[in-house]
Amino acid sequence: MNQAAVNLIYIISSVLFAFGLKFLGSPVSARKGNMLSAAGMFLAVAATLASGHIISFQWILIGITIGAGLGALVAFRAAMTQMPEMIALLHGCGALASVFVGWSAYHVHGAVDLTNAITLYLSIVIGGLTFTGSIIAWGKLSGRIPGKPILFIGQRLLNMALISTILILGVLFIMAPGRYDLFLIILGLSVFFGIFLVIPIGGADMPVVISVLNSYSGIVACTTGFVIHNTLLIVVGSLVGANGIILSIIMCKAMNRSIVNVIFGAFGAVVKKKADGEKKEAKSVSVEDAFLVLENAKSVVIVPGYGLAVAQAQHAVRELSEWLEKNGCDVKFAIHPVAGRMPGHMNVLLAEANISYDQLMEMDAINPLMENVDVAIVIGANDVVNPASRHDKTSPIYGMPIINTDKARTTFVLKRSMATGFAGIENELFYYDNTRMIFGDAKQTLQALVAEFKEAAK
Amino acid sequence: MELIYLLFILTLSVFLGFALISRVPPLLHTPLMSEANAICGIILIGALIAAGAQANSTLTIILGTSAVALASFNVVGGYLVTERMLKMFKKKESK
Repeated sequence: MNQAAVNLIYIISSVLFAFGLKFLGSPVSARKGNMLSAAGMFLAVAATLASGHIISFQWILIGITIGAGLGALVAFRAAMTQMPEMIALLHGCGALASVFVGWSAYHVHGAVDLTNAITLYLSIVIGGLTFTGSIIAWGKLSGRIPGKPILFIGQRLLNMALISTILILGVLFIMAPGRYDLFLIILGLSVFFGIFLVIPIGGADMPVVISVLNSYSGIVACTTGFVIHNTLLIVVGSLVGANGIILSIIMCKAMNRSIVNVIFGAFGAVVKKKADGEKKEAKSVSVEDAFLVLENAKSVVIVPGYGLAVAQAQHAVRELSEWLEKNGCDVKFAIHPVAGRMPGHMNVLLAEANISYDQLMEMDAINPLMENVDVAIVIGANDVVNPASRHDKTSPIYGMPIINTDKARTTFVLKRSMATGFAGIENELFYYDNTRMIFGDAKQTLQALVAEFKEAAK
Repeated sequence: MELIYLLFILTLSVFLGFALISRVPPLLHTPLMSEANAICGIILIGALIAAGAQANSTLTIILGTSAVALASFNVVGGYLVTERMLKMFKKKESK
């Protein structure tokens, strides 16, 4: 196959990838999109194999067998709660593959011109730090490394030293691209830097980290495309880069923070708010009394947080919602953008429990309707329903968009204890007149409510 | 000339990316990200050339084969897991 034909097929692949993303615009067409995208990938790989550039196939066969086998294994094995760590792992693998491709091009051809040297430098720096950064993120998300921010004395100094060394060596390398030693040192330092980039970032910020790493993995593919003069890599790298940037922005807005603030961490240093002089008291309610309220409710909004997934209560909450609907009640789920461990995570967890996706509402869609809601049930969520973010300028979460459960006629909060959320902030919602706490394990409470409904139905 | 032509592609692709992705609802952001991982595995085509081109050095064979393995992990893992997630998004039958 000549190069023109290969390029033509690359164009078709790009179009298929673009349609794949376009069809992800709706859950109805999304699967078709995924198929189209996979078809595009198949075409691109087939065209490359037939291009005549490839002489020996044995190593390729070995590589594909190992990679595809492991990929399939992990994809079928991973639980939906483990999706963020799986995605982090994929970011890391993609970035490392790009580094290796750039490296091998450099090993064979050297850096032929200025553009080549610059893009090669960018590839190994971003690729190297994305690789280790993603591995650390994977470790944190899977609990292999403590999820809390890891801070130590001189951290900033070390980071600044690493960044400036990488920059200075970069200038030297670009001026003398034949220096293989510089190439290896830069790669080593970047790999090292990735570790320190992610370890100081805490659990609550993981959705942003994942999104940022996603955009990096796209950018690396893009710069590697420049290194080996491959247009398809540039197109796809840009699509993925744009994806990561958009998701990072959405996540940051949802937490009312800037990307710089997340990466250079301030949340870890939040001072716990001093206890107020007056001792406020939260009102609690028994499951039986909560049932009586729910039985008469015409509309219920359920606000799930990651605590719901931790308690493995997704199926219990679906059962409750079914009983409520049987009772003639309208049930919606209000999903805060940072409700899970990564963008859109909570939606997947609820979809897995067979909750219809038209019941899953975005924060902006549900908030205007909140005043007409009889009961809001908060399960395993805390900071995302704290009304202090609307008026308390001293609160660390001031300005963060929240789901206005306090506007509902009654709010039930399912919670183990009065402990604070991720941000370590007192939640004033718990002390409101129309709020009732239902203490205990979320799953057991939900099952008890379902049992009440079953009893009443007899 | 070559560089300008590549930059031209880059610029338009970035615009295309922003236009397409800003339309994906938050409902599907997790599958969107795994889909992005899968297509990012397109680095596989670079890896194929690195592993299969007339390379006589041990280093390029190691680098190329590892890159092929890593990229196909992304492609296969990414598409399969996206499919698995998307299959779960169901709408209740209208009563």
